Amino acid sequence: MTGKQGYGNKSFNRPGSCRCPIAIPRRDFDGRVKVNGRSADGESGLNSYTMTHLKQLEQESIHVMREVVAEFKNPVMLYSVGKDSAVMVRLAQKAFHPGKFPFPLMHIDTGYKFPEMYDFRDKFVKEIGARLIVEKNEEWIAKGAHPSTLGNDKCCQQLKTRGLLDSLAKHKFDAAFGGARRDEEKSRAKERFFSVRDEFGQWDPKNQRPELWNLYNADIGDSESVRIFPLSNWTELDVWQYIKMENIPIVPLYYSQMRRTIELNGIIIPCEHTETVDPTGKLGFTEDDIKELPCRFRSLGCIPCTGAVKSEATCIDDIIEEVLDARRSERENRIIDLTSDSSMEQKKREGYF
Amino acid sequence: MAAGHQMQDYEKKSLLRFTTTGSVDDGKSTLIGRLLYETNCIFEDQYAAVAKTSEQRGDERVDLALLLDGLAAEREQGITIDVAYRYFTTEKRKFIIADTPGHEQYTRNMVTGASNSELAIILIDARHGVLTQSKRHGFLISLLQIPHLVVAVNKMDLVDYDEEVYERIVADYREFSQKLDIHDISFIPLSALDGDNVTTRSEKMPWYEGHTLLHILENVHVDADKNYVDFRFPVQLVQRPNLNFRGFAGTVTSGTISVGEEIATLPSGKTSKVKSIVTYDGELESAFAGQAVTLALEDEIDISRGDMIVRKNNLPQVGNRFDANLCWMDEEPMDRHGHYILKHTTQKVKVFISDINYKIDVNTLHRQDADTFELNEIGRVSLKTSQPIFFDNYRTNHGTGSFILIDPVSNRTVAAGMIRDLTRTVNDVTSSKRAESHVSPNVEWETRLIDRQAWEARNGHKGAVLWFTGLSGSGKTTVASKLAGSLFKQGRQVAMLDGDNVRHGLCGDLAFSDHDRSENIRRVGETAKLFFEQGNIVVCTFISPFREDRDFVRSILPEGSFFEVQVKCDIEVCKRRDPKGLYKKALAGEIKDFTGISSPYEEPENPELVVETDLQSADDLVATLIVRLEKDGII
Repeated sequence: MTGKQGYGNKSFNRPGSCRCPIAIPRRDFDGRVKVNGRSADGESGLNSYTMTHLKQLEQESIHVMREVVAEFKNPVMLYSVGKDSAVMVRLAQKAFHPGKFPFPLMHIDTGYKFPEMYDFRDKFVKEIGARLIVEKNEEWIAKGAHPSTLGNDKCCQQLKTRGLLDSLAKHKFDAAFGGARRDEEKSRAKERFFSVRDEFGQWDPKNQRPELWNLYNADIGDSESVRIFPLSNWTELDVWQYIKMENIPIVPLYYSQMRRTIELNGIIIPCEHTETVDPTGKLGFTEDDIKELPCRFRSLGCIPCTGAVKSEATCIDDIIEEVLDARRSERENRIIDLTSDSSMEQKKREGYF
Repeated sequence: MAAGHQMQDYEKKSLLRFTTTGSVDDGKSTLIGRLLYETNCIFEDQYAAVAKTSEQRGDERVDLALLLDGLAAEREQGITIDVAYRYFTTEKRKFIIADTPGHEQYTRNMVTGASNSELAIILIDARHGVLTQSKRHGFLISLLQIPHLVVAVNKMDLVDYDEEVYERIVADYREFSQKLDIHDISFIPLSALDGDNVTTRSEKMPWYEGHTLLHILENVHVDADKNYVDFRFPVQLVQRPNLNFRGFAGTVTSGTISVGEEIATLPSGKTSKVKSIVTYDGELESAFAGQAVTLALEDEIDISRGDMIVRKNNLPQVGNRFDANLCWMDEEPMDRHGHYILKHTTQKVKVFISDINYKIDVNTLHRQDADTFELNEIGRVSLKTSQPIFFDNYRTNHGTGSFILIDPVSNRTVAAGMIRDLTRTVNDVTSSKRAESHVSPNVEWETRLIDRQAWEARNGHKGAVLWFTGLSGSGKTTVASKLAGSLFKQGRQVAMLDGDNVRHGLCGDLAFSDHDRSENIRRVGETAKLFFEQGNIVVCTFISPFREDRDFVRSILPEGSFFEVQVKCDIEVCKRRDPKGLYKKALAGEIKDFTGISSPYEEPENPELVVETDLQSADDLVATLIVRLEKDGII
């Protein structure tokens, strides 16, 4: 792609503001088309009884969400502010239309999220009229939990896993939707739509329930809970294409922008966050190390553990193209997965999403 | 691959779900790794990690199979122990692979992976030809009714790309597949290791004139396999966001429906018309199989989750006894005495396995007698549910013909089943033949219209079963007859079933062994249900000493309509009363298996009512019972 424009003062968070090849109908913030839109398949070259792959994935996810609401007493949707959460929320809106989705969103906040994420979260939740619960592991945040002191694993375990388990217990949620996808990581290839966890939130990969047809077993014991993954069959590309198709708002950090950055251990970090990443100044860098370059975040997590990637993708189409061209997997810029070969599996066994 | 094209083509891209099966040595993981690699769905860092491992192990080339190993346990054992889902995409289609292990002990996993697949690939090692396991895989694919099968003869590089070897395997498999119920089988010679005929035509096998594997996957026509004829809409939930809207959310399991069309709801049998088909993206004129929508109807009809909306003139089968092919999936073998929960469409009911017809040896396809099913065993069973379900034969409708069984204690999914038909006996067949000859075909449905609701509406009260249980001489018959008399005087529709009476006729062939006692209660329970379904308040008086038997009767009746009345009386008082002189005989050893003397009485755990005949008069007890029936809305 050539003919990039400058990055200076352009608005990056509005998809459709650059040269998208396909005209997108204008929608309001929750993405509803004002005209009577007969979904994408109506306009495609497919015959009348064929749905596109995105429509099929959408229908499957909606079916799963409705099953959960019908079978569980107190479900919740975990909302991480990222792109997968954004898609999941849209699917929930669709599943329960014309009503509102009958469960709250819950954000497990580590205190280390990007400021843009908090802004976006509060605005978005207000716009769609959803109920948001924000929970933190206050005890460990007060203790100053940080990857540089605790190590990545321990920090995650306290701020995310412990935070999540305590919050689920506190609100007595018996089912929690999560936006995890099977294509994200090797250990997730065998995860179920309905993933039963014991009273400690632990996942036993050897003792999973078989899932057949679209019949989901929602029966659990009193001390157990279930994690529900409605996006199980989606890939990163599907998520982006759906965001485009549905015109779903996302955190602007996903779009490329010129940022003043430094590189720490091969990971690109915006200057304004270096203190959060390296509070003790252990790594040491000088003004000379600062480089200004176009970069974006391919996935969003905690500031100390989420690096940016070099990119010139300033709109959804650019991102889709980048994903198609990508030769590096999505979670690669997440430091958390690199600690050991099976680190994600280890975390999941302990109760991490 | 031209990225630019794909970006614009996603609005035309379709989806194919397929399953791959073969043993560890057939090169299944290598084939999938190859497909992912050649369609550019492997990331550089993933590839680099695998290349590094291959190098460390001293492999000649990069082992693409390593891309697939997921869990640490598997990496250590070097095997695939569960269904893994993989994804890749081309310009035409997105693919979801259910990657299943092929070994016999993983039949469960293969059935799971196959349940949602539209196509199956069986791998055969060219060096070994058609083995027992290749046949087993074919059988399971046929059982699960996957419409398209691709037999991939792999490792052609190890047999010098010899056409004769390939043709022999094709002939062998064709012969075997005559026994199977698969309509579309194609064969393809492959070398997954080198990529021959995977995504590009092999130069080493010029004699092969067919398509590459990827070409088949991209072009196989799967829409025609779906059932667009029989409209079935199991209601998932009722949407009532405000006073003005009431809709029924669900996924169209099969068929199509349009606004304005007439529908019937099951089990009520009420009819209405589709007022609108609501979705977030706007209202639809019509909806078809696979779409998740919300239906609003013209009329206010009481519909809840588990009910089914269908077309008036295209009805599913209705019944609570049916035959099915069952695959056992749990470490614990089937319990023939307990019950399970059957989840079918959006309905959950109690189910008993009433009969095992046979199990199938998946290697020889021979039928064998069996008392129970263990993990990975498959066969034909008869099931009996506590309430009728609405189903179709699995062959014509996967959505309404499939079910899972859930253990009510462990909550595990213990089995998966595919419904064949209503359970029938020789008598059923011969008597229905007689009936068919002079009865028009839609009468069966019309007779359903005199259902319990209709009887209850005419009677002005609900049907119920009052089950009096207790020792001989405890006063069951005395209290029950007085109650029946009172209800009769009030103008209620009452029926009475008494232990001694049925023993003379209906159950005259039964003695007093444990088995015969159970059979006695089963017959009486079913009879009580017949009366109940015709609106009667059925008063039953049976010693019925076994909890399991009474629970069976409870299970075949709707919740809230079964009243277990425990008639309590001190056994010494019973002995004194001894109206029929039975205690005297039992104590003298003249009667074997006499409840309370030489056979146990299991007290009810949670009876609806307890009456103590040694403490209260029969009239007082009858008054108490009538108050209870009024309170519960029966009368």
